[in-house]
Amino acid sequence: QESQVSGLPEYIKIVEVGPRDGLQNEKVIVPTDIKIELINRLSKTGLPAIEVTSFVSSKWVPQMADQKEVMRGIERHPGVRYPVLTPNLRGFHSAIAAGATEVSVFGAASETFSKMNINCSIEESIKKFEEVATAARNMNIPVRGYVSCALGCPYEGNIVPAKVAEVSKRLYSMGCYEISLGDTIGVGTPGSMKRMLEAVMKEIPLSALAVHCHDTYGQALANILTAIQMGVAVVDSSVAGLGGCPYAKGATGNVATEDVIYMLNGLGINTGVDLYAVMEAGNFICTALNKKTNSKVAQASFNTGTI
Amino acid sequence: AFPRRVKVVEVGPRDGLQNEKNIVPTPVKIDLINMLSETGLQVIEATSFVSPKWIPQMADHTEVMQGINKLPGISYPVLTPNLKGFQAAVAAGAKEVSIFGAASELFTKKNINCSIAESLERFNEVMTAARAASIPVRGYVSCVLGCPYEGKISAAKVAEVSKKMYAMGCYEISLGDTIGVGTPGSMKEMLTAVMKEVPVGALAVHCHDTYGQALANILVALQMGVSVVDASVAGLGGCPYAKGASGNVATEDLVYMLNGMGIHTGVDLQKLMDTGTFICNALNRRTNSKVSQASCRL
Repeated sequence: QESQVSGLPEYIKIVEVGPRDGLQNEKVIVPTDIKIELINRLSKTGLPAIEVTSFVSSKWVPQMADQKEVMRGIERHPGVRYPVLTPNLRGFHSAIAAGATEVSVFGAASETFSKMNINCSIEESIKKFEEVATAARNMNIPVRGYVSCALGCPYEGNIVPAKVAEVSKRLYSMGCYEISLGDTIGVGTPGSMKRMLEAVMKEIPLSALAVHCHDTYGQALANILTAIQMGVAVVDSSVAGLGGCPYAKGATGNVATEDVIYMLNGLGINTGVDLYAVMEAGNFICTALNKKTNSKVAQASFNTGTI
Repeated sequence: AFPRRVKVVEVGPRDGLQNEKNIVPTPVKIDLINMLSETGLQVIEATSFVSPKWIPQMADHTEVMQGINKLPGISYPVLTPNLKGFQAAVAAGAKEVSIFGAASELFTKKNINCSIAESLERFNEVMTAARAASIPVRGYVSCVLGCPYEGKISAAKVAEVSKKMYAMGCYEISLGDTIGVGTPGSMKEMLTAVMKEVPVGALAVHCHDTYGQALANILVALQMGVSVVDASVAGLGGCPYAKGASGNVATEDLVYMLNGMGIHTGVDLQKLMDTGTFICNALNRRTNSKVSQASCRL
């Protein structure tokens, strides 16, 4: 009732990217059985979508070298989607052969980032994604599109909202059912988030938009709040805030799923996710990685002394 | 619509240092406050005139008050829990004081060993003396979004205590989410109730980041017209109720957000970050400010 009164979405879909985006950006490479255990635990929390792995060449992303074993090894819970990254047609076929039923493609709103990250221009990358989208369409496989550097680029600096809208539109037009707008280096604020979404919302229906905020500058929850106030109802996050920022040594990256859910619970917004179960999954993976959680909710909850 | 300008009240030297494990020597406290005075901050909470028996970290309150450079245009409020503390503060040169109430009976009992009503009587004594000396008084209300002992706190209770403190003569009421449990939902509900009793121009928010909600809560407060925000350089000051958890929101992260929203604060972020680096080195600890931690150049 509360969320209706305030104009916020009644339900928000959380897309859990910890096992892929999170683990890919952790220093320690995690053994296959730990990855599978993490994903299985996450499957029991109520999360509707869990990004499992990436079908990229292990030469580029060694952390995801066990992509096939992970894909084949995880439990598939009914009602939970298990998307995987597929940068090109080859990765797509490999993913399907391993049992994937949903894929993601990663574009960028910055030419320099595209060149540095995947060694081609935005236009060239779009062509590759179109091949994936065509193949996926023929097999009834849904495709999710990501746009990196939506609020700033580590190389180019400021990114024009119109560019984000343009790339989003290309991905949407080729058949991506959802576009996840990523603040890749976490530099965005409620100001830039609002301006960017206003531009993108002219080209893409609200229901097809998601935000993927990094917490490198502590702005993620404020940016997510801004997005959901504008009607965005899909939010990406990473259990325990797994995944540092590769562009700022020692800095954090993904926003922690626990902290997002805590906020949404407080707003009376339904997510279907059991916060405590996520915290336990977070505790599991942090123990396995021998690291402290990046989730403040987890830190506060596990450390409360007796009063 | 957001306010065009926000006044940032820096509580690092008091609220921050008071809740740090390591006690900082007097000269370091003075250096910290002097550095903060160069950043553009207009209000810097300097110390607390509480008995050193209770708060050993603030035992040097007189030396600090007398030792700092007091720049024109900058206010250096100090905490005064009672008349005795007030008189000591004024004798040491204080020109503004703060009093700390709470929206929770249990918290008041555990914290200052009396009921809310009794605490307000003590404050009344301070108010009377302050009025006579033309000293402005800022009122704090703790536990506005939750209490470590009572749990949920009703918005009506917060409004009632705020109203009493405002009516007593406090020029500003700072609403504190003492254990950081609040979310934009509870912040909105609480402010709606308080704004019925106290004009929004006299309100401030003092958010703790223990659950990572501070900036989102501050954003909601700004949307409702609040234009005064408390913060602590480097996010100094842990939470005494959750071991290892963070406390105050970091001033750097707040200013970064406000800058991004085009809201004027007058604060130089780089100088603020340098001050944060200074005090973290002195405390031998890592900063709690994410802006400081990120060295990404943009």
